[in-house]
Amino acid sequence: MAKQWWKFLSAFLILFSLILGFHTPLAPGIMGVSPDVLTYGATSVTIQGYNTKFTESGNTLQVWLVNSGIIYCPYELTVVDDTHVRASFSLSDEVGDSFFDLFINSESDGTIVMTSAFIQSGMVVGLSPVHPEPCLQALAPAETGSFNFPNQPILYESIRNLLFHVPSWFAMIFLMFVSLIYSIRYLSGNSIAHDIAAANAAHVGLVFAIAGLVTGSLWARFTWGAWWVSDPRLNGAAIGVLIYLAYFVLRSSVGDDEKSARLGAVYNIFAFVMMLLFVMVLPRLTDSLHPGVGGNPAFNKYDLDDNLRVVFYPAVIGWIGMGLWLLEVRNRIARIELNRILR
Amino acid sequence: MWRQVQAIITKDLRTEWRSKHALGSVFLYVVASIFVAYSGFYQIVDLPTWNTLFWIIVLFAAFNASARSFTSETSGRRLYLYTLARPEAVVLGKMIYNAILLLVMVLTSFAVYAGMIGTGPLENTDPYSLLLALTLGAIGLAFILTLIAALAAQTDNNLGLMAILGLPVILPMLLILIRFSKNAIDGIAWSVNYTYALQFSVIMILSAALSYILFPYLWRE
Repeated sequence: MAKQWWKFLSAFLILFSLILGFHTPLAPGIMGVSPDVLTYGATSVTIQGYNTKFTESGNTLQVWLVNSGIIYCPYELTVVDDTHVRASFSLSDEVGDSFFDLFINSESDGTIVMTSAFIQSGMVVGLSPVHPEPCLQALAPAETGSFNFPNQPILYESIRNLLFHVPSWFAMIFLMFVSLIYSIRYLSGNSIAHDIAAANAAHVGLVFAIAGLVTGSLWARFTWGAWWVSDPRLNGAAIGVLIYLAYFVLRSSVGDDEKSARLGAVYNIFAFVMMLLFVMVLPRLTDSLHPGVGGNPAFNKYDLDDNLRVVFYPAVIGWIGMGLWLLEVRNRIARIELNRILR
Repeated sequence: MWRQVQAIITKDLRTEWRSKHALGSVFLYVVASIFVAYSGFYQIVDLPTWNTLFWIIVLFAAFNASARSFTSETSGRRLYLYTLARPEAVVLGKMIYNAILLLVMVLTSFAVYAGMIGTGPLENTDPYSLLLALTLGAIGLAFILTLIAALAAQTDNNLGLMAILGLPVILPMLLILIRFSKNAIDGIAWSVNYTYALQFSVIMILSAALSYILFPYLWRE
């Protein structure tokens, strides 16, 4: 029992990541504005917030626009409810840029931003924009201490998928690596137990790969608009899965156990190197929609904030531990069956 | 060991030259496929179609050509070869022999293909890049298919298993090749196109190294 602590740990970590992953609210953000066009003169717009508490902020609520470094404040501001606020802007006829960034600051939500929230219409975009009078007073300090996930445009609530999609692939790579080690050990020692363990590890790894594909597909539908897009990393992942399916076909198509173990081990080593190449290396050399390649940010501070990290790392360790646990159960079943045959 | 490799290549080339079995059947395969394409399309003006169809024909011909590299010998002769040469020398020899075979096959089928399907899309071609794409393609396919053929030769269902084991590995290589040669035919600058050559070379060298390391384990029976 003392040796089994890691199973409890991984189960606990998964439970931890599930509860926190689904229970943590998203940080306040701006969902949208209507209309999203600002014209010369007065324009009234409705701003829709998400998880915001506009009514609580009361008079401290501040809304402003930034256009090429110039700040524009509304002449009228009405809070409709917690997530809606109406603002009326009066704008000059010449601005420095076509797009306006929207900022909202309040005591309860801190400062939230929507970049390029509005586009100008009927104004002159020039080098000498008219400067309005400075209007921004001291900003209310952001409330600290609330635990929430970052509210990113495009991602929104689906950012929680990071805690399931990425650990799936980490666990898959880890299990395939375990399978590789067993295959190498089989080739150097010719013990049938190592071959069975290698096949079991590849089996469990394949389960995680399929989980990764399914979660990734859902995520792609939400963020990129299609269940499957032609992206180097997606193609690499699909091919990785195909390679391991071929590994199982090879194993089952050879009748002789010793031979199927030997051929399987050779193909498994080959498969692992190729899978790593297709999933990890090649997508980094070309443009991809995934973070970390083609100029997209990876796990930096903009992408993965500290709150997400607190849940993400336990999820990775938990799912890898769960994979190893599954592998151990499968190995135990295989050992019992082997003994029964031998008896 | 290098002399063993040379001996195996010469032996394979000489038997091939005498029987012309592999060459003949592969060329028949290629010419028949191109002729079918010709009777379907007559002329292809669209570059992506032109280029992709060529590589698809080459892909299956390459499978056909290299599937023979281990099964053409009887098990007795294989055993005899084993007593004469180191397994590393055998696999290197087979890889180089396959590369030569596929190189000849790819270059001639390109000529036949261009002749029959039309040279319309080839106007702006960067000839050196295209030649590099064809050469790298032939060598890379030969290297990776040699190990797959060695694996499949040990089973009963040689050709079927070769497709199952080989296609997933070949697929990304083929995608890179198709992009590389399309850019070459489009006349896109080498400074843009070299990443594809680089990626392909990485896969090629890795697969050669893996074949070299893993083949001795396949060989013993």
